[in-house]
Parts: sequence; structure tokens; C-alpha cells
Amino acid sequence: MNGADTAWILMSTALVLLMTPGLAFFYGGLVRSKNVLNTLMMSFISLGFVGVLWAVLGYSLAFSDGSSFVGGFSNALLAGVGLEASLGSIPDLLFMAFQGTFCIITAALISGAIVERMRFSAYLTFICLWAIVVYAPVTHWVWGGGWLSELGALDFAGGTVVHVNAGVAALVAAFVVGKRQGYPSSSLLPHNVPFVMLGAALLWFGWFGFNAGSALAADEIASLAFVTTMLAPGATLIVWCFLDMIRSGRPTAVGSATAIVVGLVAVTPAAGFISPMSAVLLGGIAALPCYFALVLRARSSLDDSLDVVAAHGVGGATGAVLTGVFADMAINGGSGSGLLFGNPGQVVTQVIAVAAVIAYSGGMTFILLKLIGVVIPLRVSEEEEATGLDITQHGEEAYLHVGGTLTSNNG
Amino acid sequence: MKLIKTIIRPNKVDDVKDALAALNISGMTATEVRGHGKQKGHTAIYRGKEYNVSLLPKMEIDVVVSDSIADEAIQAIIKAARTGEIGDGRVFVLPVLESHRIRTGEKES
Repeated sequence: MNGADTAWILMSTALVLLMTPGLAFFYGGLVRSKNVLNTLMMSFISLGFVGVLWAVLGYSLAFSDGSSFVGGFSNALLAGVGLEASLGSIPDLLFMAFQGTFCIITAALISGAIVERMRFSAYLTFICLWAIVVYAPVTHWVWGGGWLSELGALDFAGGTVVHVNAGVAALVAAFVVGKRQGYPSSSLLPHNVPFVMLGAALLWFGWFGFNAGSALAADEIASLAFVTTMLAPGATLIVWCFLDMIRSGRPTAVGSATAIVVGLVAVTPAAGFISPMSAVLLGGIAALPCYFALVLRARSSLDDSLDVVAAHGVGGATGAVLTGVFADMAINGGSGSGLLFGNPGQVVTQVIAVAAVIAYSGGMTFILLKLIGVVIPLRVSEEEEATGLDITQHGEEAYLHVGGTLTSNNG
Repeated sequence: MKLIKTIIRPNKVDDVKDALAALNISGMTATEVRGHGKQKGHTAIYRGKEYNVSLLPKMEIDVVVSDSIADEAIQAIIKAARTGEIGDGRVFVLPVLESHRIRTGEKES
């Protein structure tokens, strides 16, 4: 066991865990005030249910020995996951916790597509099943010794595992659950843009743990991933502001927060594989497809309410493919090279990985939602949707004005 | 001139706005208010204690119109804001003595 590595991954695990509350605020600011608590809760609840489920079963299905498609049950209930460093230079138990924080946020990411109308109990059932049936096997394919890692697919910190995976699930969920009342005829606007900015800030901060922590060591590659995680979103932000200026003459705050997330998503699969200047290019290029996906979505009838597909699906896929372009063995310690550094075949491998995750995650998400829909209505009633999900799903309101004099005490 | 003071469900604001725009009534003031008529509140639980929230969020929309189109405007509002359930709100109509446009000082009555 290595003390420095362990210290950094302890820190990184806490950083990635913080991203989920960060995401809650990013999403919470984007919805209307009558739904903000429900939207926050959709992320927060994952910390409990998905986090514990990961320790009980998810980790074993993702990382224990099994087939090339899914792991086995040998680490279920953390059996055999101890304090020794049998997998690398950090305690196995810490590796389990670090990976658990990824599963928690990936499940929570999907909520952005179905906010303001999905029934909380149906959502909760969905993310628990999705974490086991979709996230764990896909993680096994890429990082647990499964078929995509045997194929040589490069995914440093989860471009396919986390972002393409959640983005496609979001697309299917938005389609199956259906659009909100009043979409797209009424303006369903963000109620608190400062929350969105705060959320983006927490996400970026936590993402240093996500990407630099994925080196699983306190070493050169961690430093490289740290720097690319700093530069790529910066480049995305610059390009995004220019696109905003061309389109409407003004750089927007919600756009800037979105750009930061897009840049972070895009650099995730590449973080420890590419040079810092490649990261600048990658971040800048990724702004284009995501920006246009976002504009297109807003004009379509697909109510992916908080643009999970445009930011995570398109951003993740772009980043994954560009990893196959910019990866450079000279800088990443021999992990692999891409198109620009003499290995054009890597792009094909990357496309196969993205396509496989799209097909599996999309198909399974559809099946899971249809099955849950048989038992629990996926949506709240029309009246509950009109009243707001804070009151109807949680019995609380976020903003009770007039000093609390609106209530009479029954208790 | 008449002041039409309307209390409606928050999610009906767009419908009412569109209905008034269709009558070429362009000006309006909208305010977030809370209140109740026959509609009962809802139960909220904070830190394990139950509270009855009796004053529910509503929107108030005020428009001033000439007498000749007041009835038409009122009917349009009622049609746009109605769901048929308790809690749809009220329309109050008040006489307006004078109106002054601040920019020009012009007086209408």
C-alpha cells in the first residue's frame, strides 16, 4: 500500500461525493420554484439508495471476476473487500468507495431529463434497478476487465461509463415518461440561476477528484488529468461564449454554467491520456456539437428538460471519440495513442465502445421503465403536476414567505 | 374604465395572458399572492411536525380596460382560468376614476 496514493484517493472520493449535491443545485436552479425540492431530492436520494446498493451488490457485479459481460457475486456485501491493496496501491475498500461515488452521480444525472413530472417512488425504483442492471455491467465492460477493456477502448474517468451511459438513459427516460404540461408552449424557466452557477462550481471542484483521482495514484498521470480538467472546460467556456454572442449578442450565465459541464464531460474519457494543449482543442471542439444539440432540443418536442442528452450524451460521445484522436503514448505513460499519434484504429475502437453503451443503456432503460410503469405510474397526476412536486411528493415548500405565518400548527 | 382584479392558479397565467392578448388588451400587472377561499390547504411536515398550510400560492392579475370591453375581458379570463375544481379563483371588478400615464402626464377618465 502506498500512503501518498491512499491520501489522494481518500480526498478524491470526498470530492466526487460532493459532485452529487453540486449536481442537485445545478439542476435545482434550472427548474421552477414549485419543483426545486423534488429536483434536489432526486440527486440527494441517490447518495443513500444507490450508495448502499453499490456496497451490497453493485461493486461486485462491476469489479469481481465473472464473464466479460458482467462480474460475479464474490464481492457481494463487500465479502473479500478488505484493507489490503490487492488491486493496486490503495486499500480495496477505498477503491470500492471511490467507484461508488461514480455510480451515485451517474444515476442522479438521469433525473435532469424527467424533472417536474416523474413520480418520486417510480424514479427511486428506476435508479436503484438501473444502477444494478445498467451501470454495474457497463463499468465491468470498461474498467472491470470486461470485453471493451479487452478490445482496448480508452476511457480514463468515465466518458462512456458515466456520461454516454447516463445521457442515453436520459434520452429514453424523457421519451418514455413524456413531456411536461405546457411544454413547449409555455416558458418553463429556471427559478434560480445563481444556484445553477453554484452547482457548476461545485461540479468543477469535485471533478478534479473524478478525473485526477481516476489515476488511482498521486503521480504524474494524476497531475496530467488535473491540468486537462482545468483547461478543457476553460476552452469550452470561451467557444460557448462566442457562440452565444453570435446567436443572441450576449454571453449568458446559464450558458456559461452549461459550457463548464460540457467541457468537463468531454475531457473525462481523455483526462489522463492527452496533452494539455490537446485538452484545450478537445474542450473547444466539444462546445460545437453540444451547443447545437441543445439549440435543436429546445426546438423539438423532446422534453429532456435540463439537457442531459446534449451535455452528457453528446459531450460524452464527442469526448470518447476525440480521446481516440488525441491520446498520446509519449505523455500518458504508454496507455495508448490515437489518430494523431499513429494509431487511427483507436477511433474505431472508441466508436464501438460508444455504440455498445448507447445500445445497451438505451434498450435496458426502456425495458426497466416499461416494467416499473406496470407497477407504479411513472408520472404524477395532472393536478399534482400543476400544484408542484415539492408539495405533492414531499409535503414541503422551498420558499415559504411572510415569515411562516401562512401555517397553523397541528402537531 | 374598470379594474379587473383576478386571482387565479399560478399555472393558468399563460392561458389568461394569451386570452387577453387575443382581445388586444396589452397591459397587465401580475403579482404572486397567497390566499384561500373554499379550497383547503395542504399538510406540510418539517422536522417531524405537521403543519397545515392554509394559504396557497396564487397569482393576481390586474388589468384596466375601458367599459365597452370589460365584459368580454371578464368572460375570456374565466374561460381561460377555469379547471372546474375548487381553487380556480375569483374575478373582482372595480370602477376606476382616473388613469394618468406617467411618461406624458396624459389623463384618461
